Amino acid sequence: MARKPADWSADVFRILKEEGVRQVAYVPDAGHTRLIKACRAERSMTAVPLTTEEEGVALLAGAWLGGEPGALLMQSSGVGNIVNMLGVARECRFPLLILVTMRGEWGEFNPWQMPMGQATETVLDAAGVIVQRADDPGRVAETARSAAAMAFEGGRMVAVLIGQRVIGFKDWSK
Amino acid sequence: MATKKKEPALLRRAVVKKILAKRGDAAVVTGIGNAIHDVFAAGDDDRNMYLSGIMGGASMVAFGVALAQPRRRVIVITGDGELLAGIGSLATIGVEKPKNLSIVVIDNQAYGATGNQHTHTARGVDLVGIAKASGFERAEQVSKASELDGMIDAIYRGDGPYFAVVKVSTRSGPRGDAPKDGTLLARRFRAAVAGE
Amino acid sequence: MASTHANRGANRNITLDRREVVSRILKERGDALLVTGLGAPTWDAAAAGDHPSSFYLWGGMGGASVCGLGLALAQKKRRVLVITGDGEMLMGIGSLATIAAQRPDNLAVCVIDNQRYGETGMQETHTQFGVDLAAMAAGAGFQETDTVWTMEELEASLSHLYGTPGPVFIDVKVTDAPQPMTLPLRDGPAIKHRFRSALLGKA
Repeated sequence: MARKPADWSADVFRILKEEGVRQVAYVPDAGHTRLIKACRAERSMTAVPLTTEEEGVALLAGAWLGGEPGALLMQSSGVGNIVNMLGVARECRFPLLILVTMRGEWGEFNPWQMPMGQATETVLDAAGVIVQRADDPGRVAETARSAAAMAFEGGRMVAVLIGQRVIGFKDWSK
Repeated sequence: MATKKKEPALLRRAVVKKILAKRGDAAVVTGIGNAIHDVFAAGDDDRNMYLSGIMGGASMVAFGVALAQPRRRVIVITGDGELLAGIGSLATIGVEKPKNLSIVVIDNQAYGATGNQHTHTARGVDLVGIAKASGFERAEQVSKASELDGMIDAIYRGDGPYFAVVKVSTRSGPRGDAPKDGTLLARRFRAAVAGE
Repeated sequence: MASTHANRGANRNITLDRREVVSRILKERGDALLVTGLGAPTWDAAAAGDHPSSFYLWGGMGGASVCGLGLALAQKKRRVLVITGDGEMLMGIGSLATIAAQRPDNLAVCVIDNQRYGETGMQETHTQFGVDLAAMAAGAGFQETDTVWTMEELEASLSHLYGTPGPVFIDVKVTDAPQPMTLPLRDGPAIKHRFRSALLGKA
């Protein structure tokens, strides 16, 4: 994978690998395109596409029970879909690493993305998830590493919110 | 289940345009993503509700319209990824069996808005089988131009709920500027469909 | 693929008792790993006998099957069995598609289908009104699917649950007769640690 200046995906992929992530669950998002592709191509990882994000929380609970760390990739709209399921991870103290690409903020063109995008951080916080933001492409990787340590070593639910500013103004739907 | 190689794959914009040419007074609810552009490209209409959010919710929104407007045909035009995100709605609708609801899935087997990642339909998931198991007595899949007329007839005639999957190419087409303002869409839809 | 459509609309009498069914199934568990869905299936499994390789979900409605998927992917050499209810399965019904797309050959999902939301006052679920879970699983792409109505059929399904390359889906129709609550461990970290210790030798 060619390293472009803002190619945080390659760095995050390397970190997931170094942290021993074996199961990567995702609902696709444009901002995660390269990361998903890299995970799918990696033999040591099982990439699991989901119909809805809450499946991913339960999947990774099972993965941890079976001895495999995992990561959940989603867009911020998916945060709204996982709230009740987060209760399992919180109550059993399952490590949970969530990488969220943000919509409904910086330069958003779709008004329907605003409500969930603006509520994402509050909702995660209310559910007991530690939130770490990355709004600079150069900071995404170190934030992901920090979150992985807090999740897998600290036994916590940690979400990295990758700002829409990182992903850029481009309308990815075109 | 895969599209036959011999015939060129159907193009979504053309398929939806053909379907909506026969709409009469039908109300149309779209799923998020490319379905919005399919329906808008076929001709904007006050009876169109474009859902630019709530992935997985299009069929249930349309079901609500169908219950409220039992004399009017209500059509869902949505994508495979959107339908899969709310697949349990098929069971909820299958139980109630609204006679005036037709769900049309424009199935390109990919999440088109986010980079064309495969959806589960690319890996053998049979949406028609799931719809039948959910209680839809009329459910079918088409992949050829020659099958479209029969499907279009079924969308608008006979007792629903009717469920159709149209296998299409991942190629889409130009995107228009469909209205996105939710309050505007809701108001004009209610005025046109409910007279309120 | 087993044809399950024959069961649709079948007006067969439901006579099976859920406790007997789950007890019979778990008698054959061997070294299988078990995940139970919240509510009655968790009490059924507890009544059949507590086991360190049982993970009891007390929450996360809709997540049992896909939790089983994560476990099955992590432990490919072990059989993983999910026992859950029809209401729980319906709430996460999309996971059937997610599971089938992964084709885990060591995973079996068994729904104890009383056609009711038992914990909330016995309201009907969609399976009471003709929704056919086994056919939905077949549509999703499960390798082996069936609906079980009798003890003889249950006996025949045991080899599928524990042996047939999966994913396997068995819907067992049971009566809605109330059962005494039999509660297993409920402290989440304790259940987790016990399960992981038994399986991995570490908490």
